[in-house]
Amino acid sequence: MSTIDHFENKSAPLIDGKEEYTITVYAENRIGLLNRIAIIFSKRKINIESLNTSPSEIEGIHRFNIVIHEGYEVVRKLARQIEKQIEVLKVYFNTNDEIIWQELALYKVSTDEIAEKVTVERLLRQYGASAVVIRKDYTVFAVTGHKEETDALIKALEPYELIEFVRSARIAIIKDSAGFHEKLKEFEAIEPGEELVENEFLEKGAKIFTM
Amino acid sequence: METAQETIPTTEAKAETSTKIFKGTGSQVLLNGLIEEGVHTIFGYPGGAIMPIYDALYDYADKLKHILVRHEQGGIHAAQGFARASGEVGVVFATSGPGATNLVTGLADAQIDSTPLVCITGQVFAHLLGTDAFQETDVINITTPVTKWNYQVTDANEIQEVLAKAFHIAKSGRPGPVLIDITKNAQLQIEEFPEYVKCNHIRSYRPKPKVRIQYIEEAAALINSAKKPFILFGQGVVLGKAEEEFKAFINKSGIPAAWTIMGEGAIPTSHPLNVGMLGMHGNYGPNVLTNECDVLIAIGMRFDDRVTGRLDKYAKQAKVIHLDIDPAEIDKNVKADVGVWGDCKETLPLLTNLVNENKHEDWLAKFRDYNQQEIDQVITPELYPTGDEMTMGEVLRNINEICGGDAVIVTDVGQHQMVACRYAKFNNTRSNITSGGLGTMGFGLPAAIGAKYGAPDKTVIAIIGDGGFQMTPQELGTIMQFGAAVKILILNNRFLGMVRQWQQLFHDKRYSFVNITSPDFVALAKAYYIDGQMVNERANLRTALETMINHEGSYLLEVMVGRENNVFPMVPQGCSVSEIRLK
Repeated sequence: MSTIDHFENKSAPLIDGKEEYTITVYAENRIGLLNRIAIIFSKRKINIESLNTSPSEIEGIHRFNIVIHEGYEVVRKLARQIEKQIEVLKVYFNTNDEIIWQELALYKVSTDEIAEKVTVERLLRQYGASAVVIRKDYTVFAVTGHKEETDALIKALEPYELIEFVRSARIAIIKDSAGFHEKLKEFEAIEPGEELVENEFLEKGAKIFTM
Repeated sequence: METAQETIPTTEAKAETSTKIFKGTGSQVLLNGLIEEGVHTIFGYPGGAIMPIYDALYDYADKLKHILVRHEQGGIHAAQGFARASGEVGVVFATSGPGATNLVTGLADAQIDSTPLVCITGQVFAHLLGTDAFQETDVINITTPVTKWNYQVTDANEIQEVLAKAFHIAKSGRPGPVLIDITKNAQLQIEEFPEYVKCNHIRSYRPKPKVRIQYIEEAAALINSAKKPFILFGQGVVLGKAEEEFKAFINKSGIPAAWTIMGEGAIPTSHPLNVGMLGMHGNYGPNVLTNECDVLIAIGMRFDDRVTGRLDKYAKQAKVIHLDIDPAEIDKNVKADVGVWGDCKETLPLLTNLVNENKHEDWLAKFRDYNQQEIDQVITPELYPTGDEMTMGEVLRNINEICGGDAVIVTDVGQHQMVACRYAKFNNTRSNITSGGLGTMGFGLPAAIGAKYGAPDKTVIAIIGDGGFQMTPQELGTIMQFGAAVKILILNNRFLGMVRQWQQLFHDKRYSFVNITSPDFVALAKAYYIDGQMVNERANLRTALETMINHEGSYLLEVMVGRENNVFPMVPQGCSVSEIRLK
């Protein structure tokens, strides 16, 4: 858990307050692992705001992105419980300023309404939306961005009969990460290198990320 | 995951190069694998979905001893008792559906008490999965929160890899229970199987963190500067087979050491630095002085709430050093100033090298002072009562005198458990077997059966309350059939004593459903052809205990003890350990 002491690098520690954390899990792709991870949250009555599973930069290793709203101490404990699962290789957790993230949203609106009352071009430009499908009866727009951005378009479309709305889970890339290729070699070795056994008591003053 | 092989690259490679040597069924290759893993005793109960395995077992009677229990819960508790007494992995067989769900309590118990188990459950045919077939339950998902790992096998070709992985996971690092669910088709499937290869590496699993010398040094520096250091040790010392390393550490550093009930017996009761038991019903000194020590050294223990009492008033004055193999335990409940990740078998000798020799005479004298107060006010009245009613403590004192601390004591849960842990003497490790974390009533009798198979040369005494005994009495049948020489000691106070004690102290004596009646336990034992007697007078106690212990084979002794005796000292719930009450 390389991010354990990341608050030491900040001027205003937020030890007790809650904030949005993105947990990144590198794991084997096994049936049932999602359940094993999910119950770590539900056991503690913690809501998962967003969850995405996808391939990672390494073939055969899956990457989970889990977003929760919690305090630092809670997230740190959760991360250790997840990392303890047999099929999990590594867990990182980050605040929003440490990651690049995106979500995709789709909006279905009545084509008549939209053609009559608002210009499509204005929507496309203002919200960075693209029209995925344009039919006589409805049009589907797509927007990629942060929640605030996709929420703003809901507001804009509300007066014009928003028929359907869906937003994807968050996917996130950690800014200060060199990826998992080098780490994996150590995992495959029977004798682990020092790098794998990170301990926060030694990491003080080290780089935020040791990946 | 497609197949188990994918996660074990090293063993996969070996498996591919070795020649196929065995043609047979999935069931046979499973049993061969168990033998390869050194298994000789299995606790189990057959049923429809595990019949092919039992059919194969018919031909393995000379290599695998199967103990037919009377209920799957009894089977898994027996396997726990076996694992705890022997240090080996306990193995359980159960069928699908109800057979598997009956394992859940034992799995939860083994998970929280870090007991290595491999449970094999039968499952309906793979093509029937998800159809609500007869005796189908979603065992994998039901058991996920209470297993260290579980896996469903639907193809016999997976069995060897998965079994090897299961044993590696169950016993390495922080041990725990593993469950393998095998569909009936995989049990029946005939294949050519390669040689069995034990698993020693899973790329996503690090059983023990690599020890870094820097925090050993930090810990040693703190210990060497301490005036009032105090050691808390738990089952980690036993699980790490580090009893000798631990003894060397305390002998050199001269630091008083107190135990959690899971750690009891890791050093002999008589060791001069063994200052007693921690927690809610622990000893006076260790609890009070937790809040006076300057350096607290926790070794292989997890700061359970029954040990710490109120956390925000727990050892706030002390610097905390925490040695644990499981990084998730460090900083979980009590924040560590120095966290020493690693196997205590490795970390303790390193630490011993760096700590100064010391005696801490004045500090130890404090423990002795508190101990004297406890002896005067609590221990003497309990062990040498003057009233007519017998106490649980005097029964334990007599056992100590007869067995001299060499017996394996298995307890159930409740007042008798606390009294047994407080007063039983232990010379040897792996001698105190109790349900610590989960507090499972009904654990005692089946666990004692397993303990007898795990430690056949020892006297095994199951100390059980009248309530707990009535939760799993069916295992008398197992004792009858297989002749397990378990000494059953029922301490009968005709109450669910611990709940009654709480109702007395914290609920204005409103005794709500704690008044429990019992059958004639001796007659019940006799129905199972087990000898026994009941004692209700002190004059007969000693002889009766000697009769029980010297009896060849199993014996049941029921001792009628005082109805409303309480276990003291006690840290009331929500109070600090230093607010421990002597009465």
